[in-house]
Amino acid sequence: MKLHEYQSKQLFAKYGIPIPRGRVAATAHEAKQIAEELGGRVVIKSQVLVGGRGKAGGIRLAKTPEEAESLATQILRMEIKGLPVRKVLVDEAANINKEIYLGITNDRSLRMPVMMASSAGGVDIEEVARVSPEKIIRESIHPLLGLRDYQARDIAVAIDLPREHWKVFGQIASGLWQAYKAADATLAEINPLVITAENKLLAVDGKMVLDDNALFRHSDLNEMRDLDVEAESEIEARKYGLSFIKLDGNIGCMVNGAGLAMTSMDIIKLFGGEPANFLDIGGGANAEKVAAALRIILSDRNVKAVLFNVFGGITRGDEVARGILTALKEVKTKVPMVIRLVGTNAEEGRRILADAHMITAETLAEAAQKAVNVAKGA
Amino acid sequence: MSILINKHTRLLVQGITGNEGLFHTTHMVAYGTNVVAGVTPGKGGEWVLDGKVPVFDSVKFAVEATGANASVIFVPARFAADAIFEAADAGVELIVCITEGIPVQDMMRVRNYLDQKNVRLVGPNCPGLLTPGECKVGIIPGDISMPGNVGVVSRSGTLTYEVLYALKLVNMGVSTCVGIGGDPVNGTNFIDALRMFEEDPQTEMVVLIGEIGGSDEERAAEFIADHMTKPVVAFIAGQTAPPGKRMGHAGAIVEGSSGLAADKIRALQAATVDVAQHPEQIPELLMKHVH
Repeated sequence: MKLHEYQSKQLFAKYGIPIPRGRVAATAHEAKQIAEELGGRVVIKSQVLVGGRGKAGGIRLAKTPEEAESLATQILRMEIKGLPVRKVLVDEAANINKEIYLGITNDRSLRMPVMMASSAGGVDIEEVARVSPEKIIRESIHPLLGLRDYQARDIAVAIDLPREHWKVFGQIASGLWQAYKAADATLAEINPLVITAENKLLAVDGKMVLDDNALFRHSDLNEMRDLDVEAESEIEARKYGLSFIKLDGNIGCMVNGAGLAMTSMDIIKLFGGEPANFLDIGGGANAEKVAAALRIILSDRNVKAVLFNVFGGITRGDEVARGILTALKEVKTKVPMVIRLVGTNAEEGRRILADAHMITAETLAEAAQKAVNVAKGA
Repeated sequence: MSILINKHTRLLVQGITGNEGLFHTTHMVAYGTNVVAGVTPGKGGEWVLDGKVPVFDSVKFAVEATGANASVIFVPARFAADAIFEAADAGVELIVCITEGIPVQDMMRVRNYLDQKNVRLVGPNCPGLLTPGECKVGIIPGDISMPGNVGVVSRSGTLTYEVLYALKLVNMGVSTCVGIGGDPVNGTNFIDALRMFEEDPQTEMVVLIGEIGGSDEERAAEFIADHMTKPVVAFIAGQTAPPGKRMGHAGAIVEGSSGLAADKIRALQAATVDVAQHPEQIPELLMKHVH
C-alpha cells in the first residue's frame, strides 16, 4: 500500500526528520489560507500516487496567497496519469542549494533492508541506478541490530556531505530507519533531502510503501489507503480476501493459488486467448468466496468465457462446486464456463456440477484450449 | 533415499488444534507420517485424532517428551514468526512453515536469527514437503504423486500439485517434492534444494518451478551450470503478468534485474535447462533424459 507524500512526511516528522512547514488542502480556498499562514513563497503539490507529478504540471511555485489559490484551483482539476487530484500539499518553498537522495528498501537477495543514498538527488533515482550505478551508496541494515551510527556516518562520507551536517544527517538516517521499521514499510524514500541556502537539512519530498501483510498491526495507517489507485473490482475483491488484478482480455479466470493462477493466464495466452484477470481464490476458499469471485469476474462486460481451474489441496472441490452453484443462482449469465476440478474432493465437486451445463476438461491445456475456443465463439 | 524427510521423521504440528492444523494433521497421519506431538499454547494435556496425538503447551515440552525432530507450522500469520523462533530455540532441526501472509520484516528477523543456528526452515507460504510413500509434511495431497527418482522444487503451491499430477499420469515418480514458498524472504531456496538433490542417490533428475519476481531463478541457473550433473527441467509462471503490479522500482534497483519471466527463462536456457511452455509439458521434457 502506497502512502501519499504528505502522509509519508508526517510519519517522517514523527521520527525527528525535519520537513517543510505546510499542510494538505482539499480546496483552493484552504490552499490560500495555508499560504497566508505560511507567508512567503509556497509550493503547491498535487497528492496522487504516481510518479512524474512535476512533469505533468502538478507541482507549482506560488509567490502570493492569491497565486496559490489560482494554482490550486488548476491542479485540483487535473488528472495525472488517469488519477484525479483530490488534495494538494501546500509547503513553504525551500531555498535549495543541494539535493540528496536517501531511501530504504528490502534487499531480497541479502534478506535485509538496505539504505541507499546518492549525492545525485532530486532526479529520477531509477535513472541514476541505470546510467551511473556507482553514484548510489548502499549500506545493509541488519534486521536484528538496526542501523548503526557508524553506517550513517559512512554514508555521509561516501556522498561527500560536508562534515558540519553529519550529526543531523545521522539523526535523519536513524529517523528514516525507525519510521521504516515501525510502519512495516517496504520502501521509505526522501527525494530530495536538501541542503537549504540557510545551510539546514530538510526532507522536501517523501514516499512510503507499506507491507500489505503487516497492516493488521497498523490500523491507523490502513485508514490512509487511497482507493483511487485501485479498480473498483479490486477493492471489492479485497473485501472477500481474494487476490484480483483486472486485465484487458476476455477470458475470466478463477484459480486457486497464485502460481497456478499466473500459469492459467500464461496458458490461455499460449493458446491464442487473452486473460481478463488474475484471480487467486486462495486456500480453503468457501462457497461465499467463490460466489463473490464469480460476481466480480462477470461484472466485467468484456468477459466472453470463464475458466475455472481448481486443484484441490486446502481448497476442497465440493466447496468450490457449491460456491459456483450459489453464484450461478444469483448471477444469471449466458457466458460459457469451462471447469477443471482436480485433487481433494474433486469427484464430489464434479457430481455437484453435473447439471450446471458447464464445459468440463481433464487437463489444464484442454481447459485453456476450450476456454479460448468458446471465447472466440467457436 | 530422499531429502529432508523420510519414514524416520518425527513430526510435531504447531497449531494442531486449529481448523487447518487438525484437517491436515489427519491427512498427514493417514499418509503414514509419524506425527508425534502437537502444540497449542493453553491446550497442553489434551489429545487429538482419537487420542493418537498428544498436545503440549510449548514446543520445548513437546520435544522433551517425544523427541520430535521436525515441526510444521499452521498458526496464523500474526503469530507465525514467533512460532518459528520457538521451534528454533527448542532445537528442532527442520521447520516447515505453511502460513501465508507473514510480514516481510518479521521474516527478515527470523531468517537472520536462524542463520546463526543450525536449523533448516522451509517456507513460509509454502505447501510443505512430500516424500512419496514415506512421509508428508504440509498440505500437498498425497495421492497425486508416487515414489520415484524425480526431485521437484517449487515456489508455488497448487502449481506444484499440477506438476506432480502430470508426472503421475505418465507413471513418473518423485523422490521428494520441496515447496520453498512464494514469499520474498524465505528459508530454503532453489540452490539449497538443488544441492540436496544433486547429492541424493535416489534423485536422477530435477524439476524446478519458478515464478516472476526476485532473481532466485537466475542464481539457480548459475548453480546448475556450475554444479549440477543431473538434468534439470524448469517452468516459470507469470509470463503474461502485468508489470509493476507488485514490484516496486527500488526493489528492482537493488536486485539489478526486473524479475521478469523472460529473463529467468533466458538464464535457465543458457544453463542448458529445458524450459517447458506449460506445466503439462514437463513430463515429455524429462523423458528425454530417461535412458
